[in-house]
This record gives sequence, C-alpha cells and structure tokens, in this order.
Amino acid sequence: MSVNSNGPRIDLQLIAGFIRPRARVLDVGCGDGELLAYLEQDKQVDGRGVEISQRGVNECVARGLSAIQGDADTDLVFYPDKGFDYVILSQTLQATRNPREVLKQLLRIGERAIVSFPNFGYWRVRFSLLFRGRMPVTRDLPYSWYDTPNIHFCTIRDFVALCQEVGATVESAMALDRDGHPIGVSMPWWFWNLFGQQAVFVLKR
Amino acid sequence: MAAERARIANNEANEPSSKVVRFGEDMPLKLDSGKVLSPFQIAYQTYGELNAARSNAVLICHALTGDQHVANDNPVTGKPGWWEVLIGPGKVIDTNRFFVICSNVLGGCLGSTGPATINPHTGRPWGLDMPVVTIGDMVRAQVMLVDHLGIDRLFSVIGGSMGGMQVLQWASSHPERVHTALPIATGARHSSQNIAFHEVGRQAVMADPDWRGGRYIEAGTRPEKGLAVARMAAHITYLSEAALHRKFGRNLQDRAALTFGFDADFQIESYLRHQGMSFVDRFDANSYLYMTRAMDYFDLAADHGGRLADAFRGTSTRFCLVSFTSDWLFPTEESRSIVHALNAAGASVSFVEIETDRGHDAFLLDEPELFSAIDGFLRSAARARGLEELS
Repeated sequence: MSVNSNGPRIDLQLIAGFIRPRARVLDVGCGDGELLAYLEQDKQVDGRGVEISQRGVNECVARGLSAIQGDADTDLVFYPDKGFDYVILSQTLQATRNPREVLKQLLRIGERAIVSFPNFGYWRVRFSLLFRGRMPVTRDLPYSWYDTPNIHFCTIRDFVALCQEVGATVESAMALDRDGHPIGVSMPWWFWNLFGQQAVFVLKR
Repeated sequence: MAAERARIANNEANEPSSKVVRFGEDMPLKLDSGKVLSPFQIAYQTYGELNAARSNAVLICHALTGDQHVANDNPVTGKPGWWEVLIGPGKVIDTNRFFVICSNVLGGCLGSTGPATINPHTGRPWGLDMPVVTIGDMVRAQVMLVDHLGIDRLFSVIGGSMGGMQVLQWASSHPERVHTALPIATGARHSSQNIAFHEVGRQAVMADPDWRGGRYIEAGTRPEKGLAVARMAAHITYLSEAALHRKFGRNLQDRAALTFGFDADFQIESYLRHQGMSFVDRFDANSYLYMTRAMDYFDLAADHGGRLADAFRGTSTRFCLVSFTSDWLFPTEESRSIVHALNAAGASVSFVEIETDRGHDAFLLDEPELFSAIDGFLRSAARARGLEELS
C-alpha cells in the first residue's frame, strides 16, 4: 500500500486504502469530517458521519458533508442492519463506554467494520508505566489521566481477543509505527503489539 | 394607519398584489377532512429564473403567520420580506442561481383561499364555512402550484416551524419530487403542550364579542382584542426566558415607579401589547384559527401506523435538520427523533443544533451558523446532482 505523506494523516489514507470506490460509508466519531471529505474526494463514497461534538457536526455540514450529532454508545441502534458497506470507527473505540457493544453494532450496521485505535501495548506506553510510574502521555494519547476522554484502552492483543469474543473475522490488519508507517505484515502479533503505536483492523461478521 | 393596513389586508385576501393561480372546478382539491374545495386559488411569489433543465427550483414554506412575501417588501406592513436575510441575489439562497417559489398556504389570508376570501358559492366570505385544512392539504395545493409551474422535481424544499412540517410532508408524500429537504425548528407532530398554547389563542379569539361567530367581516367588526391576546401568548413561546431577561428584565416602561394599577408598567408588557396590536393589522383572526388547527392535527407518524420511519421508507431525498438549543416550542429532541427515524429508514441526513438563546424565532434571524449549514448543505447537494453551475 502506498501512502502519500503530503495528503491527510497517514492512518486516514490507510483506512481509505481498504475502501472500494462509491461505497456507502458511515464514519462514527467523524470529528470535523477530515476522513469523510477525503473519502468523498478520493473514493467518491456516499458518506455519512456521526460525531458527539456539535461543533464538529456543524463544521461537517458547512463543508457539505452529511453528518449528525450522536453518541456511538447510544445512537448506533437507530441504524438499520447492513445499511452501509463500511462502518469506520477511527480513534474513537477507546472513548466509548462499552466498546464491546459498539463493536457489535458496527458489525451489524456495516458489511465491514474498520476500526483504528491507539495501541496501549506500545513499548513507550509500557516503558512510561514500568519505569516512570506515570500514565503515558504521547502524541497519540495527549491527555493527562484526569482529563482524558479515553476510558477504555486496549492493546492490539486485547482487541484481537475481543474480536474473537464477538465473533468477528479479522479480514486484514495493520500496525503503524511512531511515524505512522505500516509495520511489515510478516511480523508476528507480539512484534506489532510492542512496536505498533496504533492499529487499523478490517473486520467482518 | 392601522385601519389602512386592515383595508389593504382585506384586499390582499381576495385580489393579492402577488402572482395568483386560480384552479377551476375541473381541478378540485380533495381535503383530508373528506371535503372538496373547488374552485380555489393560491397566491405566490417567485424570485430568480427557472433554468432550462427546470432543476433549480427551491420551494420555501412559510410559518404560522408568514406569507408568500419572503424576499420582497410586504404589501400590508411595508416591511422587508420575512426571510430576506437568507434569500436574494448573492445571499445563501441565491436568487441568481435558484428559482425561488413561495406560496401563501391554503387557509392563509394573503390571497390563497382561506376564511377571509369570498366563497364563490355564496358570494360572502368563507368564515367558518371554510373546511378545516391540514398540513397535508396545504402541501397538496402546493403540488398543484408546482405542477402549474411545470416543475417535476424541486431542488429543495425549505421551511421553519409550520413551514418545516410542510417540508416533512412534502418529503414523505412526494419523495421523488424533492431532491433535498431542510426542515428547521420543527417536529413531526405537534406536542400536547403546543396544542394547549394554540387552544388558548383560539379561545381568546372566539371569546371576543367582535368575533361574531366568525362572521365579523360582514358585521364590519374585527376581534382585535382576542387576536392580540392570542398573538401575545404565542409570542412568548417563540422567545426564550434568557432572551426575554436579557432584553427586558424587570425594567419599567417610561416611568420611574410602579403605578399600582394595570397599565403596562413593565417593558415586557408594553412589548407584547405592541406585538399583539401590530399583528391584528395584518392577519385575519379566522385564518389564525385554521392555521393553528392545521398544526395541531399534524402527526406524520400516525399517518404511517405510528412508525415515523415508515413515513420515509426508501427515500432518496437528502435531509438537513436544524434545531436551536433554546427553542422550547420545538425542542432539539423533536428534531432528533426525526433524525432517528430517517436513520432507521436508511436516509441521507444531516442534523445541526445551533447554540443560541434566541428561542424558536432564531430561524427568522441573522444566525451565521444556520446560514453556513444551509449553504454547505445546498452546495454539496448541487454538486451531487451535477448542478455545477449552482455551486
């Protein structure tokens, strides 16, 4: 997969790489619509966004994207089964109250679910906790423990276990290093878990 | 001044200064009540030019006490059109690009058939002989107008409050004719509390001895006091506690101390009295009864077995809903339940909630966030429809 360092964030480009042109896409936690705008331009998708902050939604709509204010934990139930080809949860899983339920909803609504999240098994995170005795603050996890919106961290291995538990098939997966570059696919899970700063999973029910 | 306005308003009811289309007995309008209205007329305004493909038409639906004069001076009050902040050359709804249509709704009082117009069967004003009309009936009449103008598919149907109800009705009854729908500060049904406020208004009108059982035009009287009270009560619901407090507080009106009487001691009293009195100059009391009734009867889910999602099943219309944080007449929850129904129906929907303390009336005011949402939504819809010349 080739990525363009001048385009949007590399993890967004990676997600886009998994999506076929003109697909129906729901982006849960779409923020100000950066990924949706990219997907509409690059893949001509029929895109919709859900975002918890009204400011983000209003920005999306003003830039011509279809978005609504909503909470991943409570509002996904309103979407019909298989309503979308892809449902994306980008850097949002760790901020949900019930990641297991959210994941099940994603798999119900979408033909495929694409989930990206910061890997709490990343060595710098482990290092910080092990040697400094402090909760980690990194570029991907820029919050102090007391004011973070992130309440359910997991490692890549934890996530793989959760996928098994809800009966999801991992169709493809990718770990990104500190610079956002993909780590070789031939590497074993433990290597990803230690050196991946974030991960992107494509799941099927 | 007031009498002159009343005289102009009476003329406008039968012979509007705007455009008007008269549907003869060959084109009867079947009403939800089961009655048939024929012949009848619809008064309307248009702005801009219909393009060759007939694809740039935007229908604006007015609210309870609005009219067709959305972007020109009102012939009765002389004031600017009620949405001139939004509609006009170079504005968000750009009349250089769009062909904008706005009709006086059925049952209204500025030229569409309503209780103040002459009943052709009797030669006297309809009064309460006019059949009760619904939001569905208003939309049915608008469909005939749009047919008359030779337009198959509207690029957008836009409206706030009662206008938003018409937008929802259009999108539900004629999804193939509505490319985009913008219901603003509205609901898919009128709540019990809303019906209660309307009932207070209607009772005020009918309690006025000058109402004369609805035959006041022939009697040469006008139920001004009752209608003014109705307007005063309704006007409170259009504002918010925060905005009222900011504007008026407990400030006294043109006096230094309380009078220990029932004059308008407080500024808010004086303001409401002014709102009430200026309303009676331009609006017909019976029309107010009919318009409020139409809103009360509106319940889109009930028309679809109680499931609102079924009202939009299979729709390809793109929706954008807007609500305001301080609107207690149509609170955000009303919009959110429509959004959920549209999601369940698999529809394309955007939903913007705008933070403001100006209450329900915010949709008529200069709200930059409202304008940028409408602008972004219409531009992207125009691109999606291949109307590059519109974007």
